[in-house]
Amino acid sequence: MCGICGCGSSKLSPLKPHHHHHDDKHSHSHAQETHGERLVRVEQDILAKNDGYAEQNRQYFQQHGIFALNFVSSPGAGKTTLLVATINALKNTRPIFVIEGDQQTDLDADRIRATGVAALQINTGKACHLDAHDIGHAVQSLKVPDNSLLAIENVGNLVCPSSFDLGEAHKVVVLSVTEGDDKPLKYPDMFHAADLMIINKIDLLPYTNFDVDRCIEFAKRINPAIEVLQLSATQEHTMGAWLEWLNQH
Amino acid sequence: MHEISLLESVLETLETQAKQQGFQQVKQVVLEIGALSCVEADALRFGFEVVMKNSLAEHAELVIIKIAGQGICPKCQQQVLLETLHDPCHHCGSFGVTVLQGQSMRIKELIVI
Ligand SMILES: Nc1nc2c(ncn2[C@@H]2O[C@H](COP(=O)(O)OP(=O)(O)OP(=O)(O)O)[C@@H](O)[C@H]2O)c(=O)[nH]1
Ligand SMILES: [Mg+2]
Ligand SMILES: [Zn+2]
Repeated sequence: MCGICGCGSSKLSPLKPHHHHHDDKHSHSHAQETHGERLVRVEQDILAKNDGYAEQNRQYFQQHGIFALNFVSSPGAGKTTLLVATINALKNTRPIFVIEGDQQTDLDADRIRATGVAALQINTGKACHLDAHDIGHAVQSLKVPDNSLLAIENVGNLVCPSSFDLGEAHKVVVLSVTEGDDKPLKYPDMFHAADLMIINKIDLLPYTNFDVDRCIEFAKRINPAIEVLQLSATQEHTMGAWLEWLNQH
Repeated sequence: MHEISLLESVLETLETQAKQQGFQQVKQVVLEIGALSCVEADALRFGFEVVMKNSLAEHAELVIIKIAGQGICPKCQQQVLLETLHDPCHHCGSFGVTVLQGQSMRIKELIVI
C-alpha cells in the first residue's frame, strides 16, 4: 500500500507512476479515503448470472417440450461418436438438434451435419466450458422446434463444465475405458453433477485394466443416485439400453 | 481455466453494484468459497489481479473465506464434515453423504469508496 495515503497504488506498474497531486482531480483524495470508505453487503452467488440464464433456458425447454441433455467428458471419450450413432438410430423417430461446444474448429458440427441433422458450433475460444447465455442464443438461432431432443456437447473437460448449469434436463458424463476406472474419484464434481454415466469404448476392455465394477463403485460413492450404462459408440448392437433410456425420458 | 470466467462475473457484479449503490472504487472484495466447490483459491488469487486490471477494482484486496464442507449421512443421519465429495461418513463409514454446505461460491461483501 502507498505509505502516504494508503490508497494501494504502490502496485501500479512503472509505466503509470503514482503521483501524489492533492488536487481535486485526484480520484481518491484523503478526505474520501478516511471518511468515504464503506462496507457493501452483496451476498450473491458468483454463478447467479449464469444460473439466471440457465433457469430461463430450463423454462423455455419445459414450455416447448424440448428434452435437453448436456454431454460432458474429457477430450476424446467419444461424445461426438455417441451423438452420431444416436442420431442414426433415432433420426426418423424424433426431431434432434445438436449444439457443439469446442474451443476451436467446426469439425464436430460437420460430423453431426453429415447425418442430416442441424448442428450449431459454438467456439468458446479460451473458455473451457459452455455457459447458459451461449445456449440461450444458440437455441434461438437453431430454431429448435417443439418436442425435440436437444443434445449439447460440451467442451471436452472433466472439470469446468460441472459448475455451469445450462438449463439441461440431465448432465450425461461419458467416460471411456482407456481413461482409467479411477476418474470418478479424481474429478468428483462432474460425477456429482451428472445423472447418468455412460462407460464408453467397452470393446476395448480386453486391452485395458479398467475394472467396470470398481468404476461404478467409485461413481456411486460420490453420487449414489447416478445411473450407469455401458456401451461402444462404434458398435450399434451395444446401444440398446441407451436408446431405451432416451425413450423413457 | 474457469476461475477466469468466475472472476469476470464477479467484476460484472461489482459494476452493477457500483451503479446501484453509487460507488466509484472497490478497495476490498470478500468471497466465500466452499471447500467442495470446484475452484482453487490460488487460481482465484492469480486471476484476480489480471481480471480486475483497469477496472473499478484495480488494486483491490481479495479476501477469501473458506466455508467447510458439511453433509448428512444417509444411513446414520448424523452430521458429517467433508473435505471432498467422496468422503465416507466418519461415524459409520457409509458413502454417499448428502452435501448440505460447502459447494457454493459467493460474493459476500465489499469495501468501497
Ligand atoms: N474403439 C472405440 N473407439 C471409439 C469409441 N467411441 C469413440 N471412439 C473413438 O474415439 C475417438 C474420439 O472420439 P470423439 O467422438 O471425437 O470424442 P469426443 O468426446 O467427441 O472428443 P472431443 O469433442 O474432442 O472432446 C475417435 O477416434 C472415435 O472413433 C468406441 O466405443 N470404441
Ligand atoms: Mg466431440
Ligand atoms: Zn453415518
